[in-house]
Amino acid sequence: MSGVHRNRIISAQRIVQLVAAAAFNGYALGFQKGKIFTGGTKAVCVPVLNCYSCPGALGACPIGALQTALGGVKSHFPFYVLGLLMLFGVVLGRAVCGLLCPFGLVQDLLHKLPVPKAAVPRRIDRPARYLKYGVLLLTILLPVLAAAGTGVGSPYFCQYLCPAGTLEGGIPLLLADPVLRGLAGWLFRWKALVLAAVLAAAAVIHRPFCRYLCPLGAFYALFNRFSFYRLSLDTDKCVGCGRCERVCPMAVEVTKGLDGGECIRCGACRPVCPTGAIDIGFSPEPKGRQTGEAR
Amino acid sequence: MRSALRARNKLLLRAAALALALAFIGIGLARQEQLEVLGKAVKICLECIGIG
Repeated sequence: MSGVHRNRIISAQRIVQLVAAAAFNGYALGFQKGKIFTGGTKAVCVPVLNCYSCPGALGACPIGALQTALGGVKSHFPFYVLGLLMLFGVVLGRAVCGLLCPFGLVQDLLHKLPVPKAAVPRRIDRPARYLKYGVLLLTILLPVLAAAGTGVGSPYFCQYLCPAGTLEGGIPLLLADPVLRGLAGWLFRWKALVLAAVLAAAAVIHRPFCRYLCPLGAFYALFNRFSFYRLSLDTDKCVGCGRCERVCPMAVEVTKGLDGGECIRCGACRPVCPTGAIDIGFSPEPKGRQTGEAR
Repeated sequence: MRSALRARNKLLLRAAALALALAFIGIGLARQEQLEVLGKAVKICLECIGIG
């Protein structure tokens, strides 16, 4: 019974992911023509890492827009972009990563490939998860410092690291446009290498980019503790069987608490819980003794 | 008791963060920052695709 329930829930998550990916990249004509969408909806940032140079993209990438505001010719405090990011963070937290992000979906699907899987040893995994906060800091600071020094800064994260930009923007545009293909040099080869490394890692480790490198995931992690959409664990019902932890794509220690920055609210843990101790939704009330509370 | 305090703190944090987010969006719109976002997003970002 729980297996049937589990499959149903997982496919519901997958449907949400697919609908979100299609909604954020719904300009199908763009893929055909090799052009990007130029309508007014691109003034609004989508909540996910979704390159605005993807031919299908209907909205703007928040990380790209943030860097443009910080490092552009008129470098300024990014009220609009930061406000949108905070709004997404307060309402959804990292559910954005678990349910809406197309690059998260790509990693989820790659992890389904029948290749040997690896569990990253905790002594490496724990400190490596802080890398994404470093990436977030550099994503913000580098354009600011460059703008202060030379008058204009590049979107360095997009330029040197973002695998979503290469997958969603670079590859489709270069395939469709011979002029752009002719311009591709060492930087494109570097970015293709980064993308290949992330995709290969995703087949073996679940969501490596989300765990270790994504600056947007790091930003939303700051809101996970108090976001409206959340998971809660009823510690009175929990029998400590550990099934939830074995299915968690982010290797979260569910029984030690769900308020940390690593839970992406995908809900994979909920259907496997034999006692129904895990609840998910907008502000589910925590029941029983909470983690850290005296017994 | 401790749970109630935590829940109250969470509510306060949520409300404060939500209010700040909405205020930032309002200020940004008043400064027409959305046009800057639009201006960047409607042009192919050469850096993003690995050319620039």
